[in-house]
Amino acid sequence: MQRIGVFVCHCGTNIAATVDVEAVAEAAKSVPGVVFSADYPYMCSESGQDLVKESVQKYNLTNVVICSCSPRMHEKTFRKAVESIGMNPYMLEIANIREQCSWVHKDKEEGTEKAIMLMKAACAKATLNTPLTPGMLPVTKRALVIGGGIAGMQAALDIAEAGYEVDIVEQKPTIGGKMAQLDKTFPTLDCSSCIVTPKMVDVGQNDKIRILSYSDVEEVKGYIGNFDVKIKRKARYVDEDKCTGCGLCTEKCPMKKVPNEWNLELDTRSCVYIPFAQAVPKVATIDPRYCLKLNKGTCGICSKVCGVGAINYEAKDEIIEEKYGAIVAATGFEIADISRYDEYAYGQSPDVVTSLEYERLMSAAGPFGGHLLRPSDHKEPKKIVFVQCVGSREEESCKGGKEYCSKVCCMYTAKHAILTKDHYPDTDIYVFYIDVRTPGKLFDEFYRRAVEQYGVHYIKGAVGKVTPHKETGKLEVQGYDMILNEQMHIDADMVVLAAAVEPSHTARRMATMLTAPMDNNDFFTEAHAKLRPVESATAGVFLAGMCQGPKDIPETVSQASAAAAKVIGVLAKDQLVGNPCIAHPDELMCNGCSQCAGVCPYGAITYVEKEFRMPNRTTKMRRVAQVNEAVCQGCGACTVTCPSGAMDLRGFSNNEIMAEVDALCL
Amino acid sequence: MQEELIKRAVELMEDGTVNRVLGWQKGQFVYDITPAVFTSADELKENFVYNDFCGDNLSKYLKDETEKEGKVLVFLKPCDTYSFNQLLTEYKIHRENVYAIGIECYGKADVELLRRKGIDGILDVKNENGTLKIATIYGDEEVPMMEAMAERCVNCKSKKHVAYDELIGEDGEVLDSNRFDMVEKLEQMSAQERFDFWQGELSRCIRCNACRNVCPACTCEKCVFDNPDSGLYNKAAADSFEEKMFHIIRAYHVAGRCTDCGECSRVCPEHIPLHLLNRKFIKDYNELYGSFMAGAEVGQVSPMVDFTMDNDAEPSIVQKGGAE
Repeated sequence: MQRIGVFVCHCGTNIAATVDVEAVAEAAKSVPGVVFSADYPYMCSESGQDLVKESVQKYNLTNVVICSCSPRMHEKTFRKAVESIGMNPYMLEIANIREQCSWVHKDKEEGTEKAIMLMKAACAKATLNTPLTPGMLPVTKRALVIGGGIAGMQAALDIAEAGYEVDIVEQKPTIGGKMAQLDKTFPTLDCSSCIVTPKMVDVGQNDKIRILSYSDVEEVKGYIGNFDVKIKRKARYVDEDKCTGCGLCTEKCPMKKVPNEWNLELDTRSCVYIPFAQAVPKVATIDPRYCLKLNKGTCGICSKVCGVGAINYEAKDEIIEEKYGAIVAATGFEIADISRYDEYAYGQSPDVVTSLEYERLMSAAGPFGGHLLRPSDHKEPKKIVFVQCVGSREEESCKGGKEYCSKVCCMYTAKHAILTKDHYPDTDIYVFYIDVRTPGKLFDEFYRRAVEQYGVHYIKGAVGKVTPHKETGKLEVQGYDMILNEQMHIDADMVVLAAAVEPSHTARRMATMLTAPMDNNDFFTEAHAKLRPVESATAGVFLAGMCQGPKDIPETVSQASAAAAKVIGVLAKDQLVGNPCIAHPDELMCNGCSQCAGVCPYGAITYVEKEFRMPNRTTKMRRVAQVNEAVCQGCGACTVTCPSGAMDLRGFSNNEIMAEVDALCL
Repeated sequence: MQEELIKRAVELMEDGTVNRVLGWQKGQFVYDITPAVFTSADELKENFVYNDFCGDNLSKYLKDETEKEGKVLVFLKPCDTYSFNQLLTEYKIHRENVYAIGIECYGKADVELLRRKGIDGILDVKNENGTLKIATIYGDEEVPMMEAMAERCVNCKSKKHVAYDELIGEDGEVLDSNRFDMVEKLEQMSAQERFDFWQGELSRCIRCNACRNVCPACTCEKCVFDNPDSGLYNKAAADSFEEKMFHIIRAYHVAGRCTDCGECSRVCPEHIPLHLLNRKFIKDYNELYGSFMAGAEVGQVSPMVDFTMDNDAEPSIVQKGGAE
């Protein structure tokens, strides 16, 4: 017979204000199986835990029900507490009377009634709980970092620093990411490539780090400590080991009209190319979309001029399979497509550019060698209008904009204004903003400099229309000054749009492979917004950088280092404690239909032919399901799919769940 | 047709391809036909029958038959081949132990429809060019075959054999049928009307389990309704809730696997239109996840248990904003 103890927590006033905790404890006394109940102000405190432990011993309790906050908070605390006195931790059940009760109710009577129901449901389940023992899982002591931007590089460097091998998978031919495309960084105005290229070199030279550039993650299977990952190494038609990066092929390549992604297609490059001078790995890549040899069978010049015979037109995409213990998602961001904002004339005039394009125009490695020129006529712009929040802070119903703030735009626009005024003091600069957001170290000081020292015109308001005039080459900007409440007309030479950032378009595919949750905007969701900000809810998957939400470089680097610390925490262990709450089939009932294997997201279910005893001393071979206990994550998809009810989940068995439902409904 | 089938069956037994034949056996009356296994040419010649009343879907019997020694010959009408494929998909038939002959079918008669016309005491029924010549103890009657045809055959989904080793007669095409018309009517009813309709139908259920026992999708080792641990175990409905629960749970269990063969409704002694529950699921699948026909191919995965990387991460039902 079960002997259940019920412990009701006040959580200060968090619970006690809307739930009569004493009434809950009193009601528990009449629940079948309950032999002891008590309430206490903070059950999670050491004295609260002691109360639980002492009561278990004093009343010979076999099960414990804690009525408190969500099991995500303190289930571990209480499981450890009862385990310390020899009780199986899975005999403990939590009734969530805070998040699911006191916090969502105002009426104390209703709240109390519901808390009592939740307590009864937990007792009903506890009655059926059985002791469970977790298995131990081995750990592959290698990490995978997806994305080779500043987040991925920092995470890889920190993990390597701890002595573990790391692979970086980067879809572009070089690592470096968006940071390598920036001209300067706010608020210190140090040259972006001057600080990012040493990192790239560090990564390239680190013998613990392997860069798999020009590659895609194709498949992720497995679980924390034991991920099996398939990586597609796209054919670059150049042997990475032989190529010295001399660049002779790029000079001699006759196909020079390929839009240059590195400069955001503001200029062109050759078909066989090295993205930029400091690229890592410094290896040429042939763009198969434009190559004459690959498409028409002509040319072949690069192969002739290559002194080391690195060109290989026969190269094929190659799939490699690797094992990892932990994965860092650092898939970064893109600039959102703003072509749908007709009013800003982006796409109608080459002189309306996004901020990232403006970075390239200002960069010494950019299309004009750092001399700020208009893309249309290569003249110096004298009047520039910056428009903030293009596509950010906007209802999705309005042109599919982003509801969130892109966070970095206010600061980089101040940077653009300062740099422009610094180099070309006679330029007139207008910034249309909704708010200027500068919460960060030295951020507001930086913005004030733009206004006070450099005389940039900050106008609270909005731009209604940008009209390109072909004859004059001017962009007529119609705006509205909210403070003066008047319309403005500015004949600008350039318009710079602070377009919203959005997660990489590969992020959703990646999240699906990693079974990692995302939000509505396709940003990866952290396991806990406050307390587990660098972990995905999927064990063994960690998050770094913009893929988790808009952030600037120092925040990205901090998060990457934090993610690396978490990865090291996993890799440092020889074994991980598994989850005993996993599926198991009743072989006598399993009919071998294989529907469960189809729904298992982890590939944990296989089938075997097994001999069964039948009546009259006969036997029969039958196909039955088997669960790989190390792979199963206990999601329960198989249990609800099985038509016979042969598949069940330990710790959350069909009977336990039904007992809870019955307790609530009957 | 019957003679042709017997002749071919005897040949296959004699040349050793098969050692027995799964077919239809004469009953006491012309319409009273049962599935049977024939082990000799004599038995076949004496008792094998193939006529307008051979509606039984023989696929399900292959589950047990193909576990035995030697190969069994089976005759499959087009709709039966879908069940055959579905059973193969679920690893219920040992394909190497069966020789399947697809046979053409132009629809089977439902003796109930004759009785509803007041035709009783039937002694013999002959189909002459689409007209049933019926001899009864009260005299002769004539009924056009179309008027006596079972609902599932009037709304035939396919004349195409999706699986066979050999074909006798013509192969047909997948048809555009009106089989969802009645489901649409039910959908258009108010909730109360629909409840009343099903209450009226399902309250007649006597829990004989015939629908379950004949169903080719019901092949569990132990049915949840026979399992005392399942929480659903009962022999007879204790109240009006339970009689509905049995059929609704059954419909859910075969959802995505039901080929709409209609055997459940055929065998129901209370003439409950059980196939409508299954058709509602099929219709919903088609509308929410794109056209899907269970059993059309071996190895098909039902949309409810399917997820691949090629799919959008969200099922179309999410993008469409949910079912009405």
